Amino acid sequence: MSLVDDSTAANRASLVSQAGPQDFIALLKPRVMSLVVFTALTGLVIAPGGLHPVLAAVSLLCIAVGAGASGALNMWYDADVDALMSRTATRPIPSGRVAPSEALGFGLVLSVLSVTMLGLAANWLAAFLLGFTIFFYAVVYTMWLKRWTPQNIVIGGAAGAFPPMIGWAAVTGSVSLESIILFLIIFIWTPPHFWALALLKSEDYARAGIPMMPVACGEAETRKQILLYSIVLAPIGVAPSLLGFAGITYGLVATAGGLGMIWCAIEILRHREGGAARKASGRMFGFSILYLFGLFAVLLVEHLVLARFW
Amino acid sequence: MSEPTSDPGIILTPEEKRRQRQRNLAIALGLGALCVLFWVVTLVKGSAILQRPM
Repeated sequence: MSLVDDSTAANRASLVSQAGPQDFIALLKPRVMSLVVFTALTGLVIAPGGLHPVLAAVSLLCIAVGAGASGALNMWYDADVDALMSRTATRPIPSGRVAPSEALGFGLVLSVLSVTMLGLAANWLAAFLLGFTIFFYAVVYTMWLKRWTPQNIVIGGAAGAFPPMIGWAAVTGSVSLESIILFLIIFIWTPPHFWALALLKSEDYARAGIPMMPVACGEAETRKQILLYSIVLAPIGVAPSLLGFAGITYGLVATAGGLGMIWCAIEILRHREGGAARKASGRMFGFSILYLFGLFAVLLVEHLVLARFW
Repeated sequence: MSEPTSDPGIILTPEEKRRQRQRNLAIALGLGALCVLFWVVTLVKGSAILQRPM
């Protein structure tokens, strides 16, 4: 009898969607999207030339939706491993609120709409870059790199680094050194940021069989790599000032922030056991978000202030 | 002539009906927003909508 009941319940669950609109919003990874929107906005604002404010707003919306779509595709493919990790077990698919097919359809439709709309509102180079970003995150990172190599986040980080370049391309119709520098800042920032989180959640990743650096190469190697990437990141963070597309305020903030990143990385290297080690990793994770947000915020404000008063 | 089936099919619970209504409303709002977006972009770009630099 209970077998029949279970089978009926499972059949019902597969036929009747339990999802509310908030579950589909969760599929878009709103927190990741907020950073994407912010960095893309910076690319839009600091790019030379101008874009009609309405078209700029539509472009930004398209970039946000495209990023959300790639998040939905990521959750569709990763539902099996998400169910095994405490950080992701409550996501809409592993918790059973959204069917995998719903997430796939949702992600694909939003991908096509966002890329098409960006092409029509801005230009097709920006649309191509957005499409490539979605493909890179959903296919190259999620389907290929993530379960295959400890360098997953290093290469996959490119997906998160494209938004300012897309914003720049939406205005100028081109890719230039400035937009490549903005790309590089996020690209080099990504590994120490995620590895700090991976140190905190290494048991989760090990349970799910994801070869994140601490799982595949050990925590000691991860700590060294975090420091190495932080040392490389610090001068790249200052580059916009040195190359003349950011001012002295940005230069000072980037220098202080870069030193802060290196200091956090040294703390991670020094504290390897127990609560102090977890605290150091947590501090690195939190500071890295503040660092990236700070750099792009100062860059944005500098350009808005300069545009207003000079 | 086959007899009409008496199977009522799946009957949604009030909670499922509420979520279905919310989903329908969200889809309607999304489609409406998309129409407005196309309309606004066409207004702003004018004839340039057909002249897009690569």
